[in-house]
Amino acid sequence: MGLLERLAPRRSEDGRSDRESTAADDPVFVTKALRKFLAALTAHESPVLLDLGPVVGSNVSFFGEQLGCKIFVEDLYADIDRHVRGNKLEELPALLKKRFSQLSSSVDGILAWDLIDYLDKASAPVLASELTRLLRPDGALLAFFGTVQSSETQYTKYIIADEQTLKHRNYPAARGRQTILLNRDIIRLFPGLRVSDSFLLKNNLREILFRKAE
Amino acid sequence: MWKRDEAVRPSGGQSPAAQPPAPVAPSASVRSEATHHHLEKDIVNIGKSVVIKGELNGSEDLTIEGHVEGTIQLRDHVLTIGPNGRIKAQVFAKSVIVLGEVTGNVTASDKVDIRDNGSVDGDIIAPRVAIAEGAHFRGSVDMQRKGAPAAAQPKAVQPQAVAPQQAQSSPQPVRA
Repeated sequence: MGLLERLAPRRSEDGRSDRESTAADDPVFVTKALRKFLAALTAHESPVLLDLGPVVGSNVSFFGEQLGCKIFVEDLYADIDRHVRGNKLEELPALLKKRFSQLSSSVDGILAWDLIDYLDKASAPVLASELTRLLRPDGALLAFFGTVQSSETQYTKYIIADEQTLKHRNYPAARGRQTILLNRDIIRLFPGLRVSDSFLLKNNLREILFRKAE
Repeated sequence: MWKRDEAVRPSGGQSPAAQPPAPVAPSASVRSEATHHHLEKDIVNIGKSVVIKGELNGSEDLTIEGHVEGTIQLRDHVLTIGPNGRIKAQVFAKSVIVLGEVTGNVTASDKVDIRDNGSVDGDIIAPRVAIAEGAHFRGSVDMQRKGAPAAAQPKAVQPQAVAPQQAQSSPQPVRA
């Protein structure tokens, strides 16, 4: 069963926006790692997916109807915002430690999007440890990392157009990206996972697919 | 010689010209009353000021604009949570349309539709789920595709203690 839909990827002249864009304005980017992530996910019967981003209706339909996934939606970006606005950032690591009620080794795939870029040094390792715990052996985690410092205070909703294409829709954030992680920093963040694939895209986003050992 | 007049029928005194009474068409006012009554029967609203605690069962479509705590069962009908509706309940219906707030698990045999500004915190089980841009959702979505048996669900794999999240089939009615 093919999941590919041929779309001519349209590159935006400037993908950055400091205000939320409308659907018609959503810039479209090629993704190289998503297809591999989906292949790893659908290798399991009735896969369980954990999405750490804001709910996107079309993504839920894609994973639920087309791929038969059970989807957990846990918008951690909203948690970050709540702690930033409430001046309680020091409590974020503790929240992340007990945030997930799913059983250990119960999740086949995790979509971390670019969340880790928005975490500080105290919170990122806690989240990485929890995600590693949740991931089933041979499970996959897809994460994006920026490679260029940005001062914009916005998040990005990643909308799956097809296996090879993502739409980016920006929306306001309480604070911007906290760090630009080097490859070795990223690998050290996830000691329980191995880097299966890494792609540096033309939009300066690094896509990394992690796998948990069987 | 005499041809029997087929038109003449021996009767109990009726004149040959008498016609059996035609069925009386309902007047317009009677028809509109019937329609109005029909409509009233199909649309049931729970108003903004109404607070219900307990089990709410029904066999017709229902719109809730008030507060409900407990369990809502409309197995073969459509439940609409209006913009002012605030639900803390386990919900079972044929279709559920959310424009307000729902805290609790939602099970639908047809579809769950979370509209713009609608909010659901809980787990959804339905063959179709639509979530509009601007809606809030936190929880799980299970469309029960590809016929996965319940025993194969990952929760059964690891017997580790964890806070229960999904209590879908055990409604806990809140009594007033």
